[in-house]
Amino acid sequence: MILDLICESLPPLLASSILTIHLTCISLAIGAFLSLPLGLGRLSKNRWIAGFCFAYVYYFRGTPLLVQIFLIYYGLPQIGLTLGAYMSALISLSLNTAAYTAEIIRGGIQAVAAGEIESAHAMGMTRSQVLCRIILPQMVGFALPAYGNEIILQIKATSLASTITLMDLTGMARTLAAETYAPLEIFSVAGIIYLAMVITTSKLVAWMERRWTAYRR
Amino acid sequence: MFDLKGYGNQLASGTLVTGEIFLASLALGLIIGLIAAFAKLSRWWLLRKTADLYSDIIRGLPELLTIFLIYFGIPIFIARLLSHVGIDFYLEVSPFVGGVVALSFYFGAYAAEIFRGAILSVPKGQIEAAEAFALSSAKIYRRIILPQAWRIALPPLGNMTLALMKNTALVSVIGLDELMRKTSMATAATHQPFTFYFTASLIYLAMTVMISVAMTFLERRTSRGVKEVQA
Repeated sequence: MILDLICESLPPLLASSILTIHLTCISLAIGAFLSLPLGLGRLSKNRWIAGFCFAYVYYFRGTPLLVQIFLIYYGLPQIGLTLGAYMSALISLSLNTAAYTAEIIRGGIQAVAAGEIESAHAMGMTRSQVLCRIILPQMVGFALPAYGNEIILQIKATSLASTITLMDLTGMARTLAAETYAPLEIFSVAGIIYLAMVITTSKLVAWMERRWTAYRR
Repeated sequence: MFDLKGYGNQLASGTLVTGEIFLASLALGLIIGLIAAFAKLSRWWLLRKTADLYSDIIRGLPELLTIFLIYFGIPIFIARLLSHVGIDFYLEVSPFVGGVVALSFYFGAYAAEIFRGAILSVPKGQIEAAEAFALSSAKIYRRIILPQAWRIALPPLGNMTLALMKNTALVSVIGLDELMRKTSMATAATHQPFTFYFTASLIYLAMTVMISVAMTFLERRTSRGVKEVQA
């Protein structure tokens, strides 16, 4: 009986995990795109730029993601901007991961040896050359382990999209659990799917890290 | 913009409940984490594997799913176990207890890994020296290992404590009247969602800032005896 239930719930749960993966990938991509200027801005000598980036990172890391999602989905219509559930989830997830990634990038940049940057300048490289050839490639190596954790946290964070009616893996699991009165089985199956995604990701990141930092060994 | 239409005291009472879940889960989570860390370092294979399985599984699950699994799943699990031995009993779990249990198991899984690493980071020579002084193993733990492990564990534990504070908002989905749910109720009545959710976010921000300040203070206190490396 339990086996039947699991077999029946597996196809819809797997289908809904596509939205989970989709939300994770797109929000991570937008977040990474936003985080580079934010992370660099945190280290800027301009007080206004550094101040803005600090405030952004502090706000998004210091408040629950659930509040951020509700603020965008339920809150923005008050000031005349109505977004659908999908857009709201995507935007809040992206803005949220951008803040965390910016801190990872800042840490990675600060881990680059100051002597290397000075010698690059002494060699006559321009500032953008130093950034692209010396700082950023090494930053990626330093930041990858922390970023791998961020990817996993983001997979888990997408589950909050279910609170604004999206049918991601958690959303589907909630619906099925309510329909079948078997929350234990359904949530366990959903949990196993999440575990599979998380384990695959961490293996993938470990492999990437080995390749990117091959020069250090 | 911050006209709360008389719902200010509602938010305040919600904040109080949020503080209560936070403190209760922190206390229980630290205990679970410490027990699991000792189990991970235990001599017995079964104990080690059980603790590893616990922290690996929980850390791979979304917080929200853990809350659903524990709040809705565990009572059914217990009822089924008991029905096998012929007892008809359904455990009624309040949202507060369910939320606290879920959050502390979540916190405990991360804390276990942090404590394990911190305990292992105490130099072996010190433990051998303590043994040579004929200190009992309980005394070695209390006087040599734990005070030093505590200092190593504090910074990552601080990050998890901040995460715990933010995770308390998730307990609103199982119907506990904490800050987030009180805010939702206020928006339903006043039709000013932006004002209220933004206010709520500032309250959360104030609480996380307070936690970080407390953590910095604790870190400074516990590393009194440590020389700082001058770069």
